[in-house]
Amino acid sequence: MVDTITLEVARYRPEREAEPNFQRFDVPFRKDWVVLDALNYIKDKLDTSLSYRWSCRMGVCGSCGMMVNDEPKLTCATFLSDYLPGPVRVEPLRNFPVVRDLVIAMNDFMAKLQQVKPWLVREEEKPLSEGEYLQTPRQLDDYKQFSMCINCLICYAACPVYGLDPHFLGPAAIALAQRYNLDSRDQGAKERLDILSQHDGIWGCTFVGECTKVCPKHVDPAGAIQQYKLEATKEWFKSFLLPWSAK
Amino acid sequence: MNQTPAYTTHHPRWYRTRVSTYWWSRKWAYFRFIVRELTSIAVAYVVVLTLVQIQALRQGADEYAEFQELLRKPLLLSLNMIALFFVLYHAITWFNLAPKAVVAHFRGKRISDTLIKASNYVVWLAISGGVIWLLSGG
Repeated sequence: MVDTITLEVARYRPEREAEPNFQRFDVPFRKDWVVLDALNYIKDKLDTSLSYRWSCRMGVCGSCGMMVNDEPKLTCATFLSDYLPGPVRVEPLRNFPVVRDLVIAMNDFMAKLQQVKPWLVREEEKPLSEGEYLQTPRQLDDYKQFSMCINCLICYAACPVYGLDPHFLGPAAIALAQRYNLDSRDQGAKERLDILSQHDGIWGCTFVGECTKVCPKHVDPAGAIQQYKLEATKEWFKSFLLPWSAK
Repeated sequence: MNQTPAYTTHHPRWYRTRVSTYWWSRKWAYFRFIVRELTSIAVAYVVVLTLVQIQALRQGADEYAEFQELLRKPLLLSLNMIALFFVLYHAITWFNLAPKAVVAHFRGKRISDTLIKASNYVVWLAISGGVIWLLSGG
């Protein structure tokens, strides 16, 4: 039985280093430990200066996404036992600027997310006295899969299009736009169409499909994008053939 | 979107990695994707070849016989075999991706991915059968 496992952790301390390098840490191996447990061990016992993001430790908050042996993963759901005998290489999520060690800057994503209006848009709110907006299970099924997104950005790290062109709106933002477009209570699809149907929106996607494969919540952003491409094409034909019906 | 991404103008100390020109060689899935993209060249080649064939047909029996003779040359024959392989790869991967884009319901239930794929193959085989029937003299 293995007692320890080696982690090669990317370190980038901008006040000291011009570029990231790797630091090796030997941590105790326990069958029930995930990569995040090993990072917490390093932080607590070996090097308190290590910086990384985490919060819930149960695959809900989406803050502990990192590259583990070159694959984007939620480190709270990635067991050390899958990487025996090691070493395990931990790096910040690819395709994002690195702020420090394993911490990436996510400002770009936050700005894009806001652009797609990921909330229920109503032309007119009905008064409270009329009660809630009811929905059938079938209507819920239409968008439920896309509502599972936790904004962990793992899909962006797997997307070569976003890596090559950071202007691309990206998988999660489009999947979340589609989550609201497909919601029977939402009336904002036309507003989102202007953002999503731009060149840097859905049409930037070349359907590599890796976003879907790596998603820890099985959201299928690639599916959302291709479905929306069909939708946008239909809208374009409609506005071309029936210009008087547009908007 | 069209404006500069929020992070690029600030924070000169943030570390940015350039994506390598050979990013597609890093992972098998990326490599398969690039191969699929490149198969479009074979598709374009077959389209051009078909147009040239139609043109030869329009010019008369002698010209068409000459064109057919050209197609039998080993170099063109092997080129067309390679093109056929890539066109088939393109078509099959296209059909396999189709269920991602199509969300269809029947009697309140979503039609399964397998059925969407299968219907694409059935239509493909039917059209191919029709073309073969037409070419073999009806």
